[in-house]
Amino acid sequence: MSSRAQVYLLALVFISTGLGLTLYKNRALSFPLSPGSLTRVWEIEAKISFWANQQAITVDLALPQSQHDYQVIDETFASSGYGFDIRKNDEQRRAIWTRREAGGQQTLYYKLKITQQGTEALQIEPPNPSTAPDKLIWTPAQEATAATLIEQARALSADPNSFATQLLKLLKQHESIKGSHSLNDPRNRVSQANLALQLFKRAELASHIVRGISLVDRVHNQAATELIEVFDGRSWHIVDPVAASFGLPEAFFIWQRGGDSLLQLEGGRRSKIRFSLIANDLPAKNVALMHVQDPDSTLTDFNIYSLPVEKQAVFKLLLLVPIGALVVVLFRVLIGIRTSGTFMPVLIAMAFMQTTLLTGVGLLTALVIVGLWIRSYLSQLDLLMVSRIAAVLIVVVMLMAVFSVVSHKLGLEQMLNMTFFPMVILAWTIERLSITWEEDGAREVAVQGIGSLTVAIVAYLAMTNALVGHLTYNFPELLLAVLGIILLLGQYSGYRLNELFRFQSAVE
Amino acid sequence: MWINRQKKLRNAGVLGLNERNVSYISRYNKRENFPLVDNKLKTKKAAAAVNLPVPELLGVIESPAQLKRLPALLNDQQSFVIKPARGSGGKGILVVNRREGEHFFKPSGALLTHGAIRHYVSNILSGVYSLGGKPDVALIETLVIGDQLLGKYSHEGLPDIRIIVFKGFPVMAMLRCPTSDSDGKANLHQGAVGVGLDITRGTALKAVQNDEIISHHPDTGVKFSDLAIPDWPQLLKLAGHCHDFTALGYLGCDIVLDKDRGPLILEVNARPGLFIQIASGIGLRPRLQTIENLVQKDWHVDERIDYVLSHFSVNPSK
Repeated sequence: MSSRAQVYLLALVFISTGLGLTLYKNRALSFPLSPGSLTRVWEIEAKISFWANQQAITVDLALPQSQHDYQVIDETFASSGYGFDIRKNDEQRRAIWTRREAGGQQTLYYKLKITQQGTEALQIEPPNPSTAPDKLIWTPAQEATAATLIEQARALSADPNSFATQLLKLLKQHESIKGSHSLNDPRNRVSQANLALQLFKRAELASHIVRGISLVDRVHNQAATELIEVFDGRSWHIVDPVAASFGLPEAFFIWQRGGDSLLQLEGGRRSKIRFSLIANDLPAKNVALMHVQDPDSTLTDFNIYSLPVEKQAVFKLLLLVPIGALVVVLFRVLIGIRTSGTFMPVLIAMAFMQTTLLTGVGLLTALVIVGLWIRSYLSQLDLLMVSRIAAVLIVVVMLMAVFSVVSHKLGLEQMLNMTFFPMVILAWTIERLSITWEEDGAREVAVQGIGSLTVAIVAYLAMTNALVGHLTYNFPELLLAVLGIILLLGQYSGYRLNELFRFQSAVE
Repeated sequence: MWINRQKKLRNAGVLGLNERNVSYISRYNKRENFPLVDNKLKTKKAAAAVNLPVPELLGVIESPAQLKRLPALLNDQQSFVIKPARGSGGKGILVVNRREGEHFFKPSGALLTHGAIRHYVSNILSGVYSLGGKPDVALIETLVIGDQLLGKYSHEGLPDIRIIVFKGFPVMAMLRCPTSDSDGKANLHQGAVGVGLDITRGTALKAVQNDEIISHHPDTGVKFSDLAIPDWPQLLKLAGHCHDFTALGYLGCDIVLDKDRGPLILEVNARPGLFIQIASGIGLRPRLQTIENLVQKDWHVDERIDYVLSHFSVNPSK
């Protein structure tokens, strides 16, 4: 069989398999083809890690409950070698892992799925005041400082709420002054929220801690956020101890209200809990089914959903790379745009996804222009090539640091994501472009630079498209179809778009 | 409108890059034969082994440790060329055409010291000019002194003749003339003039600079229409031999005319560009297909040249 026939056959098999599986999932498993009519399901993975001391171990984790606007639809626990139980008292549910003996690094997982249920207001039933923490033991000097702060706050406030605000502000101010008598024990530091609770307790303001996490897609290793709830005599109010502002933050999932700790560990040390999140847009119908059905049914079995959340988030991004590659192939084979480095635009597009488009383009252009300028100076110094590229690399890193600091001061937070730019590839690109400049002139550099940027922008637009994201993630088998198309394009022998103009003079 | 343009190109038999890659390069050029032509040192040795004329090799610098041999190598040389073995598209070629003691001069008059040349060679070794930045070796060759006849069609540099050879048959040729725009290099992208040649006679068909048809050399003012390459059949034969020693089915062979030694093979390219169609005003495909449809047999190089001479003549242009 000729190679051409093989390509056609393979492409046919790939494309029909890809489309067929997609169609099957759409028809038989009712996965919708468009991202519309979907319910956002957050998968939260809590990863508990600690160092076991070769003795009996008890790990005690506070579990979240369905609450105001979020509903827990599924939860799973992974803990090989551990006994497991859920204990309920009237206030809270707690997961208990136990084991007679273990040593070394241990990891336990708790995974839950939640979905938003309308936007009811936070249900305010006064929790048991006994959930407030015990008093920390302070030195007389610290007690005196605390009393002064409370007195000042009282003078500056009119009611429990404004008192809380003022006290938090004073506390923050006090703690930020170096050399003052900190209320925090330097050897055993507690969080700002705990410090504030101690003050509230001394001021006899009913309060307790609220722990939760901000729902942000594709976040790894997030620590729990601590807020405080204070009781003003009639109802409870949530206040952010750092910003001293009232109200529940946007997209905030409350893990625990009151209670003394999120995680308790006996028989180990250095315990840590970190959260990873991923948002899945699932068909509303399936979400409804998940309430009643076993979660490991056909829906999740042959799916990326069955991977750990951390890996899912990586795959969500990885599955978009073939789309970027397809864009590159289309541009080179059908249009004939010259780029600097074949797949460099895909990497750039992935960086754009973190920085947003406009900032990304601006930053990249700035980095490359400054890099070229520095490279042109370095070329006069007669350096060996490896040293020169390493020097450019270091300059690129330093520029990134400078840009980051400046943009942070200016409040342009998305620029902080510029670390996602592939630095080594950037340094190489600068070196190549600079040689192109010397050998083929500035015009060729402009052509390649603009070409690369154009392809990167189109790849970015394709990769961030909601429909594309939905299809690649929910129908990974479509990648087979992409593969088939790329194989076909590899056999395309027609003219490139730019050749229609380039060769015009040959036929006139 | 695009459909129309496409139809026009197709009817004229113009070959596009995709078709060149899919139907000719990947079909007729075996991967295993690329290293020979991608490395100028290997090409040169292979050509010399079958007694094909090439520019004389003065020496090779293969590693940084050999850099100290450089002054001794250059000791007796008044003029020379340094090039990377794996440079693509004529990248990284340094020409020194005059020397006064320890001072070397480029054709542009720029001064170079021993240190500068040493640094240049060390750059070549670290792979600055090679594809993918692979470590490379540097070749030092004698400077070819161009034939008087072609000298007037060139500014500063040396004009070279590119011949496309398909299955051993020379199918199309052009002369590349350096200009002041191209800084003495025969690089068409930078403004060198491409002169399409009649493959049967070595005479000019038309001349193109930066996609514009011109009639006179922009620097020397010489008319291109009078151009005729001397010893044309000899050049065709040389090109035909390139197929035999490289085993490439589709290649571009670059030939220069030395004042004393006549035509020399400069390098062989396994992925020759398609500008030659613009310079000639002729599409490649009909000729390639003619060759593809020929009787399969072991054509001798003389038979191939005879075939080309009798079949690929162009009606004399105005």
